[in-house]
Amino acid sequence: MSVINRPRSGWFHVIMVPFTLLWLAPILFAAMIAVRSFDDIAARGLGALPTSFSLEGFATAFGGGRVAAALVNSAVVTVATVVVTLALAAVAAFALARFRIPFRRTILLFMLAGNLLPPQILLIPVSRITQALGIYDTLLALVVVQVGFGLGFYTFVLHGFMRSLPTEVFEAAVLDGAGPARTFWSVVLPLCRPALAALAALATTWIFNDLIWAMTVLRTESKFPITAALLNLQGGFSSSWNVIAAGSLVAAVPTAIVFFLFQKQFVSGLLVGSNK
Amino acid sequence: MTAGTVARARTTPPDDPAPERRRGVLARVPVLVWVFLAVPLAVELFWVFWPAFNSFSLSFTSWKGVGAAQPVGLANYERLVADPVFHTALVNNVIWVVGFGGLSVIGGLGLAVALNRPGRAVGFYRSAIYLPMVVSLAVTGLFWRVMYQPDGPIDAGLHGLGLGEWSRQWLADPDTALYAVLIAAVWRQVGYIMVLYLAGLKGCDPTLEEAAAVDGANAWQRFWRVVMPQLRGVNTVIFAVTVIDSLRTFDIVWAMTRGGPYNTTQLLSTYMFQQGFTLVNLGYGSAIAVVIFLLAIAFIITYLVRQSRSEDVS
Repeated sequence: MSVINRPRSGWFHVIMVPFTLLWLAPILFAAMIAVRSFDDIAARGLGALPTSFSLEGFATAFGGGRVAAALVNSAVVTVATVVVTLALAAVAAFALARFRIPFRRTILLFMLAGNLLPPQILLIPVSRITQALGIYDTLLALVVVQVGFGLGFYTFVLHGFMRSLPTEVFEAAVLDGAGPARTFWSVVLPLCRPALAALAALATTWIFNDLIWAMTVLRTESKFPITAALLNLQGGFSSSWNVIAAGSLVAAVPTAIVFFLFQKQFVSGLLVGSNK
Repeated sequence: MTAGTVARARTTPPDDPAPERRRGVLARVPVLVWVFLAVPLAVELFWVFWPAFNSFSLSFTSWKGVGAAQPVGLANYERLVADPVFHTALVNNVIWVVGFGGLSVIGGLGLAVALNRPGRAVGFYRSAIYLPMVVSLAVTGLFWRVMYQPDGPIDAGLHGLGLGEWSRQWLADPDTALYAVLIAAVWRQVGYIMVLYLAGLKGCDPTLEEAAAVDGANAWQRFWRVVMPQLRGVNTVIFAVTVIDSLRTFDIVWAMTRGGPYNTTQLLSTYMFQQGFTLVNLGYGSAIAVVIFLLAIAFIITYLVRQSRSEDVS
């Protein structure tokens, strides 16, 4: 047995188990507080272990807190943005990866650069532009803004993936008489499925978790996605910690589900972005 | 090497029987392909580059959002130089880059080394450390607000350890508020850094470490002298990403303190938002945004250069 591959000693788990529990403490405490009653928290403090079990925090968050409507807004925006962004990024990446477009590398890096800009440099003009177009304070505005901002990154990643596909596949399609549309649809897209899955998992969590774009183009509370709605909930129920904890947990559940279902794609998505 | 020569090198290997025909096949760019490129490019130009350009011109004006913007030359920038809150935000951003970057690298690298080799329960530990990464920054902020509340879990824990006198109003105390927010941000970032380092470690050549071990190097020496040099690429990416992320940081501060108490947790991004949206000083807010951009641009270029190099290889 080699020196560097020695099996771990039992101490590894002795340290890691409490560490992991401590790491998850903010989530575990939020869960404990969410199921306590308001009176219990008021009487015994936030740090106490639960002695009551009550779903009133969830009931209030969904009732007066309008968490359900906010979740629907988030879902609509997320699905629309992910689908449109990936579609546009895929066609752009296909054009740049497989055709001799002049300055194609410069165009690609230019598009990626757009995604790296600090959003702050865009906020004020974007807010004004959506007003000028008459889409300010609509979910459509939130979708188009996020599509524009995300495109560069997804195009870059898909371009890298398409370049790595063997050239023969494309040549065969062309020799078979397939035009660019058919080559894209029936050859490239199926081959790109792993990359698209990784990016979709990643994009879903990013867009679902967005706050700043929502604050930039939305004003009416009933249109807020869950992140912005939660901050309002915090203002409205500032001492009802069970309501705030319940709302926060509900907001974290959808992305946690995506993460657990697609953990492999999610992690590989993070890596393609960083190029190892 | 230009794009053209790359394409040629790929399409005409020396033993290719019909180089002309093949090159012709790939060289002609059909109209539809131009559309494929033009639509996304136009969307990005309109929603990203055009607004960015506008921020620059707005930063030389004074505008309350109604009527016409008044050109004021460099007045906004002169005001920034004298603005104490801007100074606080700038210093806080430096503290943020160092603290947020340093702590998440230490945590992420340490955990990646500990969890690099597969083994019993390792997958579980990894998932647990990744988990905060999928929680939004706004929700992270709320989770940690709960932790920091007076008589919340942290204070209860300190009392339990007999350190009750350490407890305080973590988020309301100007001395601790910024660091309290920073810890919450690090908690969420460590998983991401760990993912990057785990991939980096996987890419390291194990025979080098074996050879060093045979030569009598201990684990500590092997790590710093053999493994770390191989992680240079990962380190560059992490450095650039950390700085870019730090300059963007907004959500978590907004969710936890909104820049308070007394502007002690103000970062450039939160101050920009406050000026631009809460106070509707569009010109002044734009000037802060331009400063953020100028601070970020060197790191954006670093990241782009690194990415374009790996494009060469692929």
